[in-house]
Amino acid sequence: MTGKLPPLATLGPFIALLAACTFFASQSDRFLTGGNLSLVLQQVAVVGVIAIGQTLVILTAGIDLSCGMVMALGGIVMTKFAADYGLPAPLAVLCGVGVTTLFGLVNGLLVTKVKLPPFIVTLGTLNIAFAITQLYSNSQTVTDLPPSMTALGNTFGIGGTEVSWGTVLMLGLYGLAWFVLRETASGRHVYAVGNNAEATRLVGIPTQRVLLGVYVMAGLFYGIASLLSVARTGVGDPNAGQTENLDAITAVVLGGTSLFGGRGIVLGSLVGALIVGIFRNGLTLMGVSSIYQVLVTGILVILAVAADQMSRRGTR
Amino acid sequence: MRQPTRIALATLLLAPAGFAFAADAPAIGLITKTETNPFFVKMKEGASEAAKAKGAKLLSGAGKADGDNAGQVTAMENMIAAGAKTILITPSDSKAIVPAIKKARDKGVLIIALDSPADPADATDALFATDNYKAGVLIGQYAKAALGSTPAKIITLDLFPGHPVGAQRHNGFLKGFGLAAPDAKSNELGKAAEVVCMADSFGDQAKGQTAMENCLQKSPDVTVVYTINEPAAAGAYNALKKAGKEKGVIIVSVDGGCQGIKDVGAGRIAATSQQYPLKMAAMGVDAGIEYAKSGKKPSGYTDTGVTLIAAKPVAGVDSKDVKTGTELCWGKK
Repeated sequence: MTGKLPPLATLGPFIALLAACTFFASQSDRFLTGGNLSLVLQQVAVVGVIAIGQTLVILTAGIDLSCGMVMALGGIVMTKFAADYGLPAPLAVLCGVGVTTLFGLVNGLLVTKVKLPPFIVTLGTLNIAFAITQLYSNSQTVTDLPPSMTALGNTFGIGGTEVSWGTVLMLGLYGLAWFVLRETASGRHVYAVGNNAEATRLVGIPTQRVLLGVYVMAGLFYGIASLLSVARTGVGDPNAGQTENLDAITAVVLGGTSLFGGRGIVLGSLVGALIVGIFRNGLTLMGVSSIYQVLVTGILVILAVAADQMSRRGTR
Repeated sequence: MRQPTRIALATLLLAPAGFAFAADAPAIGLITKTETNPFFVKMKEGASEAAKAKGAKLLSGAGKADGDNAGQVTAMENMIAAGAKTILITPSDSKAIVPAIKKARDKGVLIIALDSPADPADATDALFATDNYKAGVLIGQYAKAALGSTPAKIITLDLFPGHPVGAQRHNGFLKGFGLAAPDAKSNELGKAAEVVCMADSFGDQAKGQTAMENCLQKSPDVTVVYTINEPAAAGAYNALKKAGKEKGVIIVSVDGGCQGIKDVGAGRIAATSQQYPLKMAAMGVDAGIEYAKSGKKPSGYTDTGVTLIAAKPVAGVDSKDVKTGTELCWGKK
């Protein structure tokens, strides 16, 4: 129950990322510039932060299909509250994050109290969140946002490279999640629940409370992702999040976290998100259609899960 | 189990009454690609208003997502079962929808394609749509004239591979710009030396922004940006602004939604080709009512018109101002 991964599953994602970077650096002299790499980080920030929440859920052997839609709903709520009702930006953002956290709570309660499988629960809330988003926004994009709401999209210079505040926030959240999962009792409990919920309960850890906490925290992360998405595009977009659902799961799986729960490191999910972003960026720089990025992602997902399966067999 | 059985029985008993009602007011079906795209939301509103004004009953349905052919087929079957004699459809998959259309026409249902054609185009009775190639030509001509003697370095933010509307706008733009381009029938995106980067935006603002950022890394000296629609243009503008290059780059687009026209007024988009979804829908409803009355079917292609909207007119290219564009725009004014 150390939560340590076998070398292949841990190192695989990092090796894939490094290989992709080396390849693209040899193909385009613009690839390895500070500006370009900072750009890729900006582009993966939304999926990256959703993937933190998704990692927590997957570590408990669950899955959250609702993540992207809940994120879109949070974005619509915060932008409409600010632009249409004139609420001060911080308060509006708080309301948006509140709604996504509430959705996390609902997911968690249905999983822990009603004992429904996470796949079904979040399939339901995926559709509910999507419908509410469309009904509430009337399918219209929300514009004319206060500048303070999009401040995370602003950049600052480090040695000639422009870095966005959103990137900093994402990296900070990853650092925090990594620390909590690795060094605190609650973090270790998440791994324990994913490894063997029954055994964990028998040693006196309140597994239901841990699970509920994980879903609530996931909702909170989706809310932060809403703010990042709003800051990046400068609008409240009712059609946001439609690909982020699966993109976030892809990032977690590419990052080596086991879909069977209990194993994985959250930093891997950042690497997973970066791999997808690096391919999209690098292929454009090479002048190659970005549909190949989709192809490569598919192959890597299968390799990642295969590596996990093999290492699992090894330990049995 | 008892409750559902009772409901099913009640439905059966009530059904004949429902059909009797449908026979009085002609039922017209409208099937859009999705329920959520503002373009189709407006189209539905236009159809619903026209139907109400003329005493017809509008049934509406849609696929779940762009490209959901099965969802459209299901909607079509349900509408025919509900007694619709005319169905207006914006095909999501121009080829895959054809067998279902043929089945409906064999039952005497009038099928009119709106916005984009079926493949082959004569699979439907008629097509009411924007001339997307012409929409592209207009913004191509505008961009060329507005650019003047500055060298052309073009980025194109396209739809996604294989979609005829994406190809027609892209190729029309190249043609209007005076570059070699495939004709209106081609489904391939034309390439020219002046086009320094091509990327797919999926007509989405966030994806358009990502695509533009990546293209800017490849070609920072861009002078013209062609975009498939106005959300993609807004994404392109965001990317340019973040790179500090929003001045001096000409962004052109297609659609004429109210937000897009606002962006033209604010100088974020230089010019856009405006199309008219409400008109397509209203014409479709009219045709359906005519068919119910006299049995006369429309045929062939009807151009629903396209107008170039620009804040700054250029010599040699006809355009209308932002005020006109706002009056005719669709979406939230």
